[in-house]
Parts: sequence; C-alpha cells; structure tokens
Amino acid sequence: MSGSLQETWDWLVHSPLFFVLVTLVAYRLGRELQERTGGHALAQPVLVAVAVVGTAITLLDVDYDVYRSGTELIAFWLGPATVALAVPLHRQAHRLRGFVVPMLVAIVIGALVSVTTAVLLVQALGGDDVLVRTVAPRSTTTPVAIALSTTIGGLPPLSAVLAVVAGILGAVAGPAVLDLLRVRDRRARGLALGAVSHGIGTSRALVEDETEGAFAGLSMGLTALATSILLPVLLALLA
Amino acid sequence: MITGLTWLLGCQLVGEVLVRVTDAPVPGPVVGMVLLFVLLQVRRAGDDATVVRAADGLLRHLQLLFVPAGVGVVVYLATIRDHAVPIVVALLVAWLVGLAAVGWSTVLLERLAARRSAPR
Repeated sequence: MSGSLQETWDWLVHSPLFFVLVTLVAYRLGRELQERTGGHALAQPVLVAVAVVGTAITLLDVDYDVYRSGTELIAFWLGPATVALAVPLHRQAHRLRGFVVPMLVAIVIGALVSVTTAVLLVQALGGDDVLVRTVAPRSTTTPVAIALSTTIGGLPPLSAVLAVVAGILGAVAGPAVLDLLRVRDRRARGLALGAVSHGIGTSRALVEDETEGAFAGLSMGLTALATSILLPVLLALLA
Repeated sequence: MITGLTWLLGCQLVGEVLVRVTDAPVPGPVVGMVLLFVLLQVRRAGDDATVVRAADGLLRHLQLLFVPAGVGVVVYLATIRDHAVPIVVALLVAWLVGLAAVGWSTVLLERLAARRSAPR
C-alpha cells in the first residue's frame, strides 16, 4: 500500500499535468489578488505566481529542471504570443506615420545605453566576466535573453530570471517612474516600457492604454533585434 | 480559436525558418510578428477576425507565460545573494537609465521630426 503511494507521489512530482496545474492555480491566485486589490501595481500575477510556485517546489523538494521541463507546454506559447503582439500594433498602425525614424533611433540609443550601463556597473562593483555576460542581455524578452546569454557565455537560466525581474520592475513601477520623468506621450511611454521590461512591461502597458501597449510590444521586438546585433560588439569593446 | 492559433503558429514557423536560412541575428517570433502585422494590414483585418481574437486571448495572459522562467530564481538565490550588490545595482540603475533614455529621446526626436515637417 505505502509502496504504491510512494509510486504515485513519484509520478506526480514528475508529471507535466501536476506542474502545469500548479502554475495555472498560482497564476489564477495572482489574478484574483490583482482584482481584489483593485489592480494594485504590486499585485502582478507573474510576481505572485513565481513566489507561490517557487515556494511550492522548494517545499516539495522538486528539482527546478524537472519543473521547467514539466511546464515546457506553457513556455512554448511565448513564441506565438510574441507574434500576437502584431495585433495591437495593427490597431494602432495609423500612429506609426512620421514616427518610424524617431522610434528606430530611440530604440538603438536605448539598447546601447542599457547594455553599456549594465556592463560597466557590474564590472565596477566587482562582478566577474560570467556575471557581466549574464546581466547584459536581461532587457530582452526571456527566450531571447536565454539565446543571447548562451551565445555570449553567460548563465542562461539566470539571465532569464533577471529578465523576468526587469520585466516585473517595469510592470510594478514603470508607469509611475515615467510620470516622474514627465514622459506623457503614449507612444514614448510604450517604447520606453517595452525597451527595458519586454513582454511583462508590455502586459502592464496594454492594461494602461491600447496605444501604449501596442508600442511597448513593438519596442520589445525591436529591442530584441537591436540588442542581438549590438551585444557582441559592445562586449568586445567593454568586457 | 484553433484557426487563429494556427495563423499565429504559422507566422512564427515562417519567421523561425527565415531566420535560420538567412542566419540573421533576429529572434524568429519577432520576424513572425512583422509578418503577421503585414498580413493584417494588407487584409485590413477587423476585430472579428479569428487571428485577432486568438491574439487578444493569448495577450490577456501574457504574464502567465513568464512564470516557468521566473521560478528559476530558486536555483540562483545563493548566486544572487553572493553577488547581490553588482546584480541589484546594475539591474535597477540600467533599467532606470534605459527607461529615461528611450522615453526622453523619443519625445525629443518626435519634436524634431514635427518641426522639420512643419510648413515654413
């Protein structure tokens, strides 16, 4: 009897069904909290879900790699969701007129400044080369951060975690900081949020305003592109 | 829903293939996004198009898709603690500087572009 119980348990903590369910329940909890607090900035579903799932797998003594491969089914949809960002952009396409050049220049400036600042700060504060290469790609969306980190010799899963943290930072504090910086133009706000907080910042921008969301999505794509091209060059110069 | 998702996956697939064939340093899904954008523009798709509805449904839960990567934090808690100062400071400051750089330069460049295109 206890043997079969043990077997069932082993099956459970290795089954995608269990991990996907736990993740969905934790996310649902985060949404619930967001609604109950009237959309409080700190109540970001991804933040709540990471805390709940992280605690759960630590208590259950489940290896992260096992959890990760069990939830491949969820992470898979990041690709199609990135493609889906064409839709808010399509609705806002008329706002692209006369804006393409300023937008492209701003995105390149953003990628240059953001990578350079991160690299120089990690170096100045005593981080080693691997840490530099792990932090550098963090403003791109997680699948891109993982790919870039692999190419340049960082720790890919840690780059992904830092990307998620940068994203959460944008979802929690982005709009308030942009108010403080007196950036009021919806397109500029969206571009800024997408450039430093990718998809997670975009999800907040989509809630704030449709234009802001559309440009955040576009900015996330362009930043991934600009960073992919600039990162190897900047690292050769700085690291 | 299925038709819409098929369109999204199709665009991603074409994007991924193009990136691999041309060896371009661009993420495949981003190429897929550009492709879908062009398709939507050409077909003047409205809000009732299946792909639009599927996209809206997926984007409503965008944050969910980042949870598996974020949970990786449990593996790196010790690393982050050991290098807390460089990681936290670089992350926060570079985030803020990047946000300000993009926000301010967009506003500035927009004004410049508007001035140049204004009738003299």
